[in-house]
Amino acid sequence: MTDVGEVITRVHHEEWARVVATLARRFGDLDIAEEMTAEAFATAVERWPVDGVPPSPGAWLTTTAHRKAIDRLRREVRREEKHKEALMLSDASEQTETTAPLGAIDDDRLRLVFTCCHPALALEVRVALTLRMVGGLTVPEIARAFLVQETAMARRITRAKAKIKAAKIPYRVPLREDLPARVTGVLAVLYLIFNEGYLASDPEKEAVRGDLTAEAIRLTRLVRALMPADGEVAGLLALMLLTEARRAVRVSASGELVTFDKQDRGAWDRELIAEGHALVRARLASGQAPGRYQILAAINAVHTDAPDVRDTDWSQVIALYDQLVRLDPSPIVRLNRAIAVAELDGPQVALAEVDGLPLEGYHAFHATRADLLRRLGRSEESRAAYDRAIGLAGNTAETAYLIRRRNQLTGP
Amino acid sequence: MIPMAQYMISVLFDDTTDTATAEEMAAIDTFNDQLRAEGHWVFAGGLASPSTATVVDGRDGEPVFTDGPYLESKEYIAGLWIIEASHLDVALRLAALGSKNCNRRVELRPFLGG
Repeated sequence: MTDVGEVITRVHHEEWARVVATLARRFGDLDIAEEMTAEAFATAVERWPVDGVPPSPGAWLTTTAHRKAIDRLRREVRREEKHKEALMLSDASEQTETTAPLGAIDDDRLRLVFTCCHPALALEVRVALTLRMVGGLTVPEIARAFLVQETAMARRITRAKAKIKAAKIPYRVPLREDLPARVTGVLAVLYLIFNEGYLASDPEKEAVRGDLTAEAIRLTRLVRALMPADGEVAGLLALMLLTEARRAVRVSASGELVTFDKQDRGAWDRELIAEGHALVRARLASGQAPGRYQILAAINAVHTDAPDVRDTDWSQVIALYDQLVRLDPSPIVRLNRAIAVAELDGPQVALAEVDGLPLEGYHAFHATRADLLRRLGRSEESRAAYDRAIGLAGNTAETAYLIRRRNQLTGP
Repeated sequence: MIPMAQYMISVLFDDTTDTATAEEMAAIDTFNDQLRAEGHWVFAGGLASPSTATVVDGRDGEPVFTDGPYLESKEYIAGLWIIEASHLDVALRLAALGSKNCNRRVELRPFLGG
């Protein structure tokens, strides 16, 4: 019995997106695809413990969901119209336009990902839809993850499906000319899911939530399998793996954030680090100019390469940040660069770079200033900066850390 | 045969300048020609200012006419295109071009059951 339960969980992880995606293409309707896939899994939960697990669970689920969809359409009065709608959105009906190269990329799941992450949908809608349709999370699970009422989350997803249908958001891989921007949009959704798990922004939520980071990594692995040639997809996966590797030691037993330099490096997950490093090396070897996620992954690779924080190759870190600044000269990137500068050139040089950045409303700006001022012995200014940071920080572990650091300050 | 959907692109007018400049009009004409050539064209037109509007209520007995627009607003619709496109990605691309050519923000909205 337990075995079958485990098999169903595994099959749910492996096959959910494929079944939804196949049905979405066949019926041109995300509602039907989602509901019938959920029903097929419910049937599996009933039947498999009795009948045994079918030899090809994915095919069994697709067939079952397909039959259920046909049954439902037959029951519907407007059968003819539904069938017409079904033909509407698929790639096959559109041979007049140049679509992206097919082959590895020609997978219904990829169509599903691009539809769920369409730029005409608001970011929080894309996140919810992706977790439901591609990730197979239930509406209550997604609502809990984002601390939203279940009914509100259900409405959000229903409204999104209605817009996809009414506005005819296509079920297809974007045109080649649109592809880089659209991939960036997908990666933004995946990274947001990961970050919400890694550094929950809400004080009422747990500081670090492995369920969300794991889900983000699983989805990114899927996108990577579907687009193996895309450097930024690989870069984002590497970035997530190298970050996830440190999750266990990121928050102390007392619920306080443990900064990078204080972490027990022996407790980092070597397997995830090895996989992340391999991805970064492969990207470097490709000789292609790296994008944002690849550079961030490379920075994390340098950090995780050092057996001790004192062994960190800071000039390498700064060189990578220089590269990132050229792509994205935003104040947040410059703030992070300055943190590395402090290690190489000292807190005085770093403070000069930090001061004047237009980040008054960002807690990390004040936390960085507080730390630099502390190192310069300017306790009073440091205390004021900690106060600002504490007032703005949302994450519980981070707040606990900042309060302790502030209370440790001595002297004026 | 690709089933087409119809969309309305409404031009949002949110500044004090009165009407489109000659340059903008020329750009709009070019865009209209492109819509016709590529088979997206259904209709296009510019609207007179909201102050010229009349609200009409004919639901009950003698119709009631009210001088002025239904909504008093700083932003209003200055014109519209109705286009045909196979799906939203095509419509979005056309709406972006329309916005660029008329030099205004636009709202893209599908017709029901298109």
